[in-house]
Amino acid sequence: MRSRLGPVSWIALFLGISYFLIPLVATAIFSTETSRNGHDLSAYTAVLGDEGFRSSLSFSFKLAVATIVVSTVLMVPTAYWVHLKLPALRPLMDFTTILPLVVPPIVLVAGFGPTFGIDGPPILGGQGSWFYGEGIPGNVPPLLVGAYTVLAFPYVYRSLDSGLRAIDLKTLTEASQSLGAGWVTTLIRVIVPNLRPAILNGAFLTLAIVLGEFTIASILQYTPFSVYISSVGQSSGTQQSSLTVIAFLLTWGIMLALLRFTRGPGGGRRGAPTQGAR
Amino acid sequence: MSAIAPPTDGFVPSAPRRRRGRRSLAFLGILPFLLFTGVFLLAPTIVLVKASFQDPAGAFTFENVRALFQGELLHAYRTSIEISLVTALVGGLLGALMCYAMTHKAAPRLLRAGLETFSGVAANFAGVPLAFAFISTLGTVGLVTAWLKDAGIDLYGSGFTLFGFWGLALTYLYFQIPLMILVIAPAFDGLRGEWREAATNLGATPAHYWRTVGLPILMPSMLGALLLLFANSFSAYATAYALTGGNSVELAPTLIGNELSGDVLNNKNLGYALAFGMIVIVTACVAAYWLLERRAARWKR
Repeated sequence: MRSRLGPVSWIALFLGISYFLIPLVATAIFSTETSRNGHDLSAYTAVLGDEGFRSSLSFSFKLAVATIVVSTVLMVPTAYWVHLKLPALRPLMDFTTILPLVVPPIVLVAGFGPTFGIDGPPILGGQGSWFYGEGIPGNVPPLLVGAYTVLAFPYVYRSLDSGLRAIDLKTLTEASQSLGAGWVTTLIRVIVPNLRPAILNGAFLTLAIVLGEFTIASILQYTPFSVYISSVGQSSGTQQSSLTVIAFLLTWGIMLALLRFTRGPGGGRRGAPTQGAR
Repeated sequence: MSAIAPPTDGFVPSAPRRRRGRRSLAFLGILPFLLFTGVFLLAPTIVLVKASFQDPAGAFTFENVRALFQGELLHAYRTSIEISLVTALVGGLLGALMCYAMTHKAAPRLLRAGLETFSGVAANFAGVPLAFAFISTLGTVGLVTAWLKDAGIDLYGSGFTLFGFWGLALTYLYFQIPLMILVIAPAFDGLRGEWREAATNLGATPAHYWRTVGLPILMPSMLGALLLLFANSFSAYATAYALTGGNSVELAPTLIGNELSGDVLNNKNLGYALAFGMIVIVTACVAAYWLLERRAARWKR
């Protein structure tokens, strides 16, 4: 039996890896170019010193933190409850949490107009209300947080689902309750610590999704990091590439942190995060 | 969720009637989730679908949906489908070959760790930064464009443009190939060594093995992965927007985006119908993917 890689594999690897690396290297070099054919880091200092950079990045992180908190508080008890009490509804949960993949962000945001905007019945106040971030600490719009929580459903739920499958819920719950703990105590002090890798995994994927999301934010005219990059790109080529490098390093940082912190029992199979592509 | 519960709640057999009552109470536990999903996902989708069957005055009509099969809108769909097909097939092929190489037992272990981590990053490194990376590389003043020019190859002179269909396809591959690697790796892992040994013992050559054993087993997963890639590319908006400004290549998502931020179609309901059409196509892909995955799961038992 042959156990060496054939030429086709080597060619595919060579092509694929060069294709992956060339744009990164080219962008990094491009970002240091100066008008006099030299190289320096002036584009980076210009970008880092820009007020828009700091405010958009901090807005993105606020959005990410809010989304992670909302989706954890919403999804952990739900997933626990469904696994423990309503196993018959597990297919329904699988189905519901996969729906955001069927409704692309551009379609979802198209539906936001007639549902929450001036076009339709203003169920939640319409533009300029608290729902759009008016008067909310950090101006974090509940509408955007809600949308991002939905976008993260497939990844967060899948992560929690495999985490919950890996632990013996019934025994843990029974043990905790026979010691006198109520549901809330059981959830916070027994289930959550056991699910930590799965929860962290979901949180990091959510962070990556929120930092990369462009479609919904730009159509609703907010300026998180991704929208800021797009606006700078139109004025300066080197600043555009330096921002690209920064965005790439941020994504790397998040994914490495994900790998570093989510190893362990209950982490389950890591889902492939792909929402940024949209 | 009530904080008061008997210690063995739910684990002792109880009378049928009591249990029914308890189940309906248990149902309350997922109410917050259902409400949330209703507000942020179902309501916008239902309103959108309804609006695509209405004229601007609010009366019921099939006119918008009929318009999808004509002129500019049909063309946008066709371009979207073409770019999704091309990038799913090319990305799927290259991704599958790379995945085969990295899961091969002769491959260095570092290769797999590196490729998988990179794929996780690259699948997320999409949208605006991705478009800019390609502009820095292959744009009119991009680095590789300049190098090739020095080497005597004039890319843009020979008709290539990053801002057209093929440039966009080349850029999409940057998230399509990694997605393929991530999605198909479990299927390659599922190919058991014994099957290969059995085939070899019976006198099969590697080509023979792949044609009669390996590929037929992988086929449902492969087709499923291709459908997922298709849907992924079909839904992509940010990358196309950043690269083409939503104009030089007209796709279904960028047309919706243009409609939402300006008023190009002069009929918002037409934009909603366009979005409704996207839901239909993506739903078909994801449903077919789901069926194929179930078929593929047979071999994982």
